[in-house]
Amino acid sequence: MKIMVAVKRVIDYAVKIRVKADKSGVETQNVKMSMNPFCEIALEEALRIKEAGLASEVVAVTMGPKQSIDTLRTGLAMGADRGIHVEATGDLFPLAVAKLFKALVEIEKPGLIILGKQAIDNDCNQTGQMVAGLLGWPQGTFASKVVLDKEKQEVMVDREVDGGLETVCLNLPAVITTDLRLNQPRYATLPNIMKAKSKPVKKYTPEELNVAMKSDLEVVEVTEPPKRKAGVLVSSVDELIDKLKNEAHVI
Amino acid sequence: MTTAMVEKYKAFHRLLNKTSRTLVDRRFRQQGQCARGGSAASGLDHRPDAVVEQRVSYLGCPKRGLWTSARASLPSLVDGGFARDYPMNRCRSFGSVAGEIQRSSKFATLNSDDVAHFKEILGERNVVQDERLEAANSDWMHKYVGSSRILLLPKSTDEVSRILKYCNSRCLAVVPQGGNTGLVGGSVPVFDEVIINMALMKQVISFDKISGILVCEAGCILEDLISFLDNQGFVMPLDLGAKGSCQIGGNVATNAGGLRLIRYGSLHGNVLGLEVVLANGDVLDMLGTLRKDNTGYDLKHLFIGSEGSLGIITKVSILTPPKLSSVNIAFLACQDYLSCQKLLLEAKRSLGEILSAFEFMDSVAMDVVLNNLDGVRNPLAPTAHNFYVLIETTGTEESYDKEKLEKFLVGSMESGLISDGVLAQDINQASAFWRLREGVPESLQRAGAVYKYDLSLPVEKMYDLVVEMRARLGESVKVVGYGHLGDGNLHLNISAPKYDDAILAQIEPFVYEWTSNHRGSISAEHGVGLMKANKIFYSKSPEAVQLMASIKKLVDPKTILNPYKVLPHSLMSYS
Repeated sequence: MKIMVAVKRVIDYAVKIRVKADKSGVETQNVKMSMNPFCEIALEEALRIKEAGLASEVVAVTMGPKQSIDTLRTGLAMGADRGIHVEATGDLFPLAVAKLFKALVEIEKPGLIILGKQAIDNDCNQTGQMVAGLLGWPQGTFASKVVLDKEKQEVMVDREVDGGLETVCLNLPAVITTDLRLNQPRYATLPNIMKAKSKPVKKYTPEELNVAMKSDLEVVEVTEPPKRKAGVLVSSVDELIDKLKNEAHVI
Repeated sequence: MTTAMVEKYKAFHRLLNKTSRTLVDRRFRQQGQCARGGSAASGLDHRPDAVVEQRVSYLGCPKRGLWTSARASLPSLVDGGFARDYPMNRCRSFGSVAGEIQRSSKFATLNSDDVAHFKEILGERNVVQDERLEAANSDWMHKYVGSSRILLLPKSTDEVSRILKYCNSRCLAVVPQGGNTGLVGGSVPVFDEVIINMALMKQVISFDKISGILVCEAGCILEDLISFLDNQGFVMPLDLGAKGSCQIGGNVATNAGGLRLIRYGSLHGNVLGLEVVLANGDVLDMLGTLRKDNTGYDLKHLFIGSEGSLGIITKVSILTPPKLSSVNIAFLACQDYLSCQKLLLEAKRSLGEILSAFEFMDSVAMDVVLNNLDGVRNPLAPTAHNFYVLIETTGTEESYDKEKLEKFLVGSMESGLISDGVLAQDINQASAFWRLREGVPESLQRAGAVYKYDLSLPVEKMYDLVVEMRARLGESVKVVGYGHLGDGNLHLNISAPKYDDAILAQIEPFVYEWTSNHRGSISAEHGVGLMKANKIFYSKSPEAVQLMASIKKLVDPKTILNPYKVLPHSLMSYS
């Protein structure tokens, strides 16, 4: 069984984000980019399933501009067998990504798709669900535990939901999106980095996959959240009440 | 990183290497034992050994009965309501030269007139005599505790000048204090010296965005400066674990080294100017912001590393390098120490200008970290390796640097220099690697008693000392070797279940003699302070130390600045 894992190149989690002066987006020049943390977890899970002997191949897929290949290389260095790079410039919103994914699934025919639950740059939390919807496959999102049963061709997923944990049983093929507590991703070791250089990476363009890249969404403005105002020392209870009533309007 | 992670990172970053407790200096050996100041818990009873010290023959010194002569020279303690009995003789719970230092009789004792005068200069609020004194009297490790009765917080150079002028006229000893994170007892009073803390002088005076020259007051905390510069696109040329608390004035006064010395060089190269207040109150304005200025003797170098004994630094002008975006870290395993050395050479050659850190730790250090810290994992598990090396590169082009680093690493692996390694793929992984290396001091502290040594040795010989110490001390203790391999700086730590004189006797003076025989330094970056004042001869010739003493007497004739520290007591006229 083949597993397809989506990985996305995003601004590194630890970087302090700055909004561009023209409010069109965030500053990405000279900023450290890395693999989305949830995608790392997704890839780690796929590799563990393969190492348990339940899958034959792990294919890492990324979509984006030319530099996205770096993220793919990281994925290969972690242990993925092959890479697919859909080269697309411009904003990629979840629906477009999902459609591209559907096209790839028709070519690759994987038995399982694993994605991160959301990307830390847009926090959409939509792509996995849309992929499942377009393919008509069952989905187990926010997975904190994944147990595959090859014989029965089903997978048990523990989902982290507001009320606690929910366990669902999905028939394969299925879509899983990973949550934080699923696993701790491995490091890219030097021997694997060396091997990664010779692993094949296939390039596609959206035209080749017959997907129109028109977007229904337009980013109008990006602004920083309002800065926290400094506190004010009040000198008496009366002044406090006055301020709470007339300035903060909370009483 | 989440705020919690950052806080956690900062918290253990504040813990530094511990340094050694020195043995009682044999030259001052007394009859019987000095009484402990009340702390029985340490169990560190230094009974001087019968080991003979060879290097001390040229130092003459009188031997004294501990209590008799001290009592005779006891000045009046009771004055204007400040009657507070404090021991005339410094007995520290961990022992050090100290068991037998005596307070010099030539220094005056604080009286109410002095306090009034200080209040007049600084205002009521900045003359502290309450419970805040306790923290200021004790060093960060609680190894050295003084009994000063007053803490002064000047806000300007003029106030510092007036304080010192007054103290000089009254012959009141003073201790300049910064972040109080030093490890050799240099930042706290030995007896009742007046503490002058620079914490309120924390203004950034100017920053030139073109040249990267920062001018700031000495009390600025290093981490604050790093944040300030971050917004401007620059970094401080030094980085150390204590950055959350240490002040730049203290860093300069101790010529702090740290993790990035291999890339940016020492403070002697980066500090462009200083403003220093001398013992008599004179303000020495050497606050140049020029990259090149060859007019006369470059006096600021005297003050850099002087540990507060030649003057109080009030302003610093420092050259800051631009912040480069592409940082990569690799955590590697080597089979033996020879490979580590060859790796260093290869790294300098292949990585060249982008190399920004080269640290090493041995397998014992790794075990200590894994056993004593939470949330750490060995990136090269499950195999146990003998040596671990951390290499960091900082450059401008992410992909170019990564390619360069990968090429170097793959080449080293193929030639057998490294047996395994990992490359960090994002900032979190990079922090995890740093945590392993920077967590060694903290984990040693948690593991029990630790004897710390900070030595500079020729790189080829560095690990031989660790091996010899292991053979010498046997199975009962863990001898840990780690440090800034790129700078030839070994942090030798011996971890024992508890403090034991027998162990200490096996360590000292062997360590110092070994270092001295290899022309190394007994204090690579921590300084001399109180702890190693009388050990300076292991690393400096008598003529050199004699000249140092002459300079000290010239600049501070009454020796009021940080007495009992830095220079050997035999050359100072403390009595």
